[in-house]
Amino acid sequence: MNFPILSSIIFLPLIGSFFVFLTKAEKNERNKSAIYVSIFTSVVNFFLSLFLWYSFDNTTSDFQFVEELNWISGIIKFKLGIDGISILFILLTTLITPICVISCINSIKSRLKEFLIAILILETFMIGVFCSLDLVIFYLFFEAGLIPMFLIIGIWGGPRKVYSAFKFFLFTLLGSVLMLVAIIAIYWIVGTTDVTEIYKIQIPKEFQYLLWLAFFSSFAVKLPMWPVHTWLPDAHVEAPTAGSVILAAILLKMGGYGFLRFSIGMFPIASEYFVPLIFTLSVIAIIYASLVALMQEDMKKLIAYSSVAHMGFVTLGIFTFNKQGLEGSIIQMLSHGLIAAALFFSVGILYDRTHSRLIKSYGGLVNSLPKYSFFLMIFVLASLGLPGTSGFVGEFLVLVGVFKSNFLVAILASTGVILAAAYMLWLYKRVIFGNVSNNDLKKISDVNIYEFSILIILTTLVIFFGFYPDPLLKTIHVSIDNLINNYNLAIAKAVVLK
Amino acid sequence: MEYLIVFLPLVGAIFGYFSKYFGDLISQFIATISVSISAILSAIVFYNGVFYNQYGNYLIYEWINSGKFIVDWSIYIDPLSSIMLVVVTLVSALVHIYSIGYMNHDPHKPRFMSYLSLFTFFMLVLVVSDNFLQLFFGWEGVGLSSYLLIGFWYKKNSANNAAIKAFLVNRVGDFGFAIGIFLIFLFFGTVNYNELFQQVPNFVNTEIIFLGINVNLITIICLFLFIGAMGKSAQFFLHTWLPDAMEGPTPVSALIHAATMVTAGVFLVARCSPIFEYSQFALNFVAIIGMVTAVFAASVALVQNDIKKIIAYSTCSQLGYMFFAAGIGAYHVAIFHLFTHAFFKALLFLGSGSVIHSLNDEQDINNMGGLWKKMPYTWISMVIGTLALTGFPFLAGFYSKDAIIEFAYASGTQIGYIAAGVGIFTAFLTAIYSWRLIFKTFHGKYNNKKLNKTEIHESGPVILLPLSALVLGAVFSGFLFKDFLIGNNFLDFWKSSIFFAKEFNHSHLPNWILIITPILVVTAIPLSYYLYIRHTKLLEKIKENSNLIYQFLLNKWYFDEIYEKLLVKPIKNAGSFFWKKGDEKTIDRFGPDGISKIIKLISKKAVKLQTGYIFDYAFVMLLGFSLLLTFFIIYT
Repeated sequence: MNFPILSSIIFLPLIGSFFVFLTKAEKNERNKSAIYVSIFTSVVNFFLSLFLWYSFDNTTSDFQFVEELNWISGIIKFKLGIDGISILFILLTTLITPICVISCINSIKSRLKEFLIAILILETFMIGVFCSLDLVIFYLFFEAGLIPMFLIIGIWGGPRKVYSAFKFFLFTLLGSVLMLVAIIAIYWIVGTTDVTEIYKIQIPKEFQYLLWLAFFSSFAVKLPMWPVHTWLPDAHVEAPTAGSVILAAILLKMGGYGFLRFSIGMFPIASEYFVPLIFTLSVIAIIYASLVALMQEDMKKLIAYSSVAHMGFVTLGIFTFNKQGLEGSIIQMLSHGLIAAALFFSVGILYDRTHSRLIKSYGGLVNSLPKYSFFLMIFVLASLGLPGTSGFVGEFLVLVGVFKSNFLVAILASTGVILAAAYMLWLYKRVIFGNVSNNDLKKISDVNIYEFSILIILTTLVIFFGFYPDPLLKTIHVSIDNLINNYNLAIAKAVVLK
Repeated sequence: MEYLIVFLPLVGAIFGYFSKYFGDLISQFIATISVSISAILSAIVFYNGVFYNQYGNYLIYEWINSGKFIVDWSIYIDPLSSIMLVVVTLVSALVHIYSIGYMNHDPHKPRFMSYLSLFTFFMLVLVVSDNFLQLFFGWEGVGLSSYLLIGFWYKKNSANNAAIKAFLVNRVGDFGFAIGIFLIFLFFGTVNYNELFQQVPNFVNTEIIFLGINVNLITIICLFLFIGAMGKSAQFFLHTWLPDAMEGPTPVSALIHAATMVTAGVFLVARCSPIFEYSQFALNFVAIIGMVTAVFAASVALVQNDIKKIIAYSTCSQLGYMFFAAGIGAYHVAIFHLFTHAFFKALLFLGSGSVIHSLNDEQDINNMGGLWKKMPYTWISMVIGTLALTGFPFLAGFYSKDAIIEFAYASGTQIGYIAAGVGIFTAFLTAIYSWRLIFKTFHGKYNNKKLNKTEIHESGPVILLPLSALVLGAVFSGFLFKDFLIGNNFLDFWKSSIFFAKEFNHSHLPNWILIITPILVVTAIPLSYYLYIRHTKLLEKIKENSNLIYQFLLNKWYFDEIYEKLLVKPIKNAGSFFWKKGDEKTIDRFGPDGISKIIKLISKKAVKLQTGYIFDYAFVMLLGFSLLLTFFIIYT
C-alpha cells in the first residue's frame, strides 16, 4: 500500500477546517487568516486531486488507489477507491470549493469563520461520497453532507431560510432512510457491504426491485427528479451564494453518481425494468421545469428550475445503457457543475451589490457592467447548449444515446432545448439589455478582481471542454465500457435463467 | 492557407475587439484587414480548385469521440465549399469596409466589427465542414452572431425582442436538424458526409417505424434536415424572424440576412443532394415550400412601407426560388442564384443603408421621394441592383432566375411546370415591388417633414466604394459565371460535390418560356411608374376597394398574431399553471407542507395529554396496568 492519497484528499479539508477554527479575528475586523487558511487548504487539495488525475491509469477499469481498513471487524470495512467516473467528480469538487471560498470574501458578512468551516467540512464529505467503495461508508458521507448544508442554508440564508432548510432536510432525509434500510437488507442478503464484492455476487432478482426503489428514492430526491424537486428552488433561493454554488455544482451530482455506481452496478435487472419510469419522470422534468423556469420572477429560482431540467437529461442518458448516453450524462453533469456554479455565482455578484434577486429590479446592466455582461452572456449560452460550450457536448451525446432507445422520448426531450433558449435569453434580455431601469443601478461597480478571476476560470473551462472534451472522455471510456459490459452480461444471464 | 481563411476572421474578431483600447480605428482596421486577406485567399483557393483541381480535406483535430460517435474538426474544400468561401468572404470584406463609414457615429464600433468577423468565422466553419456536427456548430454559431447583431442596439426593446425571436425560431429549425442528425447516426453509424453518402444507396427502400408511422428512412431524414434549412433560410412557417431581424444595423442585414447566413439552408440541401436525390417525396416537399414562400413573401413585399422590410421579404422570396430550384433537382442552379443574389441583394441593402444614413435613420418610403438628384451614386447603384434582382436582360439575376424557370420547365414533371409558372408570376411581382421601392424613394415629390431636403448629402467614399464593387458583381457575376456553373459542362466544375440522379434535357424548351420573364419584368417598369408616380389615385382606389386583401398583406398574412395566440400564450400559461398549481398547490401542499402540518397537528394533540395533574397520570397508569394484566391473564 502506497501513500494513501485518497484519504489525504478527503481529510485535508477537515484538518484545514480545524486550523480555521483556531484563527482569531481582531474586533470589528474581517477574519483574514481564516480566509487564507481555507483558500490554502482548498487549493492544495485541488492540486492534489490534479496529481491524482495525472497518475490515474485510464486503460483499466479496476478501482485504483484502493485503501482498505477494517472498521467494525468482519462487518464494515473502510474501503476507498476510484475509477474513471469518480475521479472527475472529485476534481469538480476540489475545483468548486476554492471558488466558493473566494466568493465568500465579499458576500458573507457575519460568522465568516464558521461559514468557512462548514464549507471545508462539506468538501470532505462530498469527496468521501465519490471515493467510497463500501455502502455503509458511502451512506455515512452521503448523509453527513446534509448537516453542513442544512446549517449553511439555515444560518446564512435569506428571510425564509428556516422553512427552506427544513424542506431540504425533510426531502433528502426521507429518501435516505429508505436507502439505509436497503443497505441493511443487502448486508443480510449477500453478507457484505463491499461494493466490488456485490458487483461480483449479483443480488437475486426478486430482491432487486425493492432495493432499487429504495436507492432510487434517495437519489431521485438528491438529483432532483420530478416530482420531488420542489425543495431545490426554495433551497437555492434562500441559500447564500456559496451554498447555492455547491448545491448546484456538486450535491446534485451525487444523485447521478449514485445511479451510475450503485443502481446500475448492483441492480442491473431492476434498472432495466424501471427504464420506463425513469424516462417518463425525466421527460416530465425537462418540459415541466423548463416551462416553470420561463415564468419565474426570481433569478435564482429560474436557474434552479433550469437545473432540474438539465438533470432530466442526465437521468435520461444514464438509463440508455449505451455509450453515448452514459458518457453524455457524465459530461452533462460536469458541465452543469461548471455552468450552474457560474450562473449562481453571477447572480450572487448582483445580489451582493443590490440585495435583490428579482428580475424586474434590474435592466440595462450592460451600460454600467460591461465585463459582467460579457461573462453572463457566455454562461447563458453555455446553459442553453450552444455548440462550442461544454453544455452542448453533454446534451447532444445524451440525446444521441436516447435516440437509440426511444424516438419519442428523445424528441420530447429535445423540445427542452428550445425552451432553454427561451428562458435563458429572455432572462438575459430583461436583466442586461435595455435602458438602465433605475438610478441605483447606475452606481454599482463592475466585477472586482476576485470575481473576475473566478469568472475567467469558469469561462475558460466551459469553452475549453466545449471544443476539446477529449481529456474528460478519455478518462471515462474504459470505466463506461466496463459498466456497459457488466450490465449486458447480467441482463443476458437473467434471460438465460428464464 | 485553408486554415488561414477560416481562422483569420476569428483572430480579427478577438484581437479587433481587445485592441479597442488603442482606438476604434485600429480595431476596425484589424477586423477588416483579416477578413480581406481571408477573401483574397479564398479567391486563390477557388482558382486553384477550378484550374488545378486542388481540393482536399484538412483535418484539425478530433472533437468528440464516444463509441462509434466520432467527430472531427476539419476543413473540407470541394467545389461547393470553395464557391461558398468566395461569396462569404467577399461580401463580408465589403460589408466590413462599408461599416467603417456606416457605423461612424456609433460608440460601439469595435464590438460591431468584432461580431461581424465572428459571424464570418462561424459561417466559414459551417461551409467547410466535412460532417454534420461541425456544420451544426457553425449553424448555431451564425445564429448566435445573428442574435448578437440584431440586438446590437441593445437599448431598443424592439431590437432585443427581434433578436430573441430570431434565435428561437432558428432553434425550432435546429431542433428538426438535430433530429435529422440523430437519425443519420442511428442508422448509418456516422455523421461524416462521405461515409454517409456512400451508404445511402443501400438504404433507399428501408422503412422505419417513426412514432408509430411507417416511413421511408431517407425521406424522414431529408424532411428533418429540411426543417433546419427552413428555419435558417426563413421559409414559410419559420420565416417570421427575418423581417423583424431588420432591427439590426443595415450592414448586418446585407451580410447576414441577405448574402450569407440565410442561404445556409440552400447550401445544406445542395450539400445533402446525395440523400435528397433518393427521396422524391422530400424533393417535392422542398419545391412546394420554396414556391409557397416565393409567392407569399413577394405578395407581402408589395404593400410594406419600411424600405428594409421590403428588401427582407424580397430576400425571403428569392430564397424560395433557390429552394424550388433545389426541389426539382437543379442544385447547381440554386447555388448559382445564391451566388448572384449575394451580390445584388447585398448591394440593395447597402444602398438602402446609404439612404437611411443620409436621412437620419428614416426607413419609411412614404417619407422619402425625389432623392435621386441628391444621391446620384446611391441611386444608380440601387437601380442597377433592382435591375439585377428583377432579372433585367444580361444582368446577374437574368441568368440565374431565368435558368431556374427554364430548368423547372425542362424537368418535365408536373411539379416542374407548376414551379415554372410560380417562378414567372413571382418574377413579375418582384419587379413591381422593387420598382415601387425605387420610385417611392428616389422619384416623385420629397415627403419628409422632419428633415429639410437641402440637408441631404450623398454618402462618403467608404460607403460608396463597396457599393461600386457590388455593382460590378450585380452586373457581371451572371454573365461571367453562367457557362461555368450551369452551362452544358457544369459537371466539370461541380465534380462530385453535388449529386445528380437525373439527367437534364433542354431540347424541348419552347421559345416562349425563354422570353416571357424578361418581357414581363421590363413591362413592369413603366407599369409601376404609372402606378406609384403618375397615377397614385388609382392605387388608392384599389386599396379601398379591396381593403380586406390589403390588410391581409399588410399584416403579413397574420402569422405573428397566430403564433402569439397558438404558441406563445399557451406556453406561458402552461408555465404559470405548472408553477402555481403544480409545484405550489399540489406537490408542496400534499408533500412537505402537508406532512409538517400533520406532524404539528399530532404533536399539538399530544401536548394536550400532558395536563400536569397527578390524578390524570395516575388514571392512565392504572389503565395501562390493568390492560397489561388482562393481556397476561388471557395468554398464559
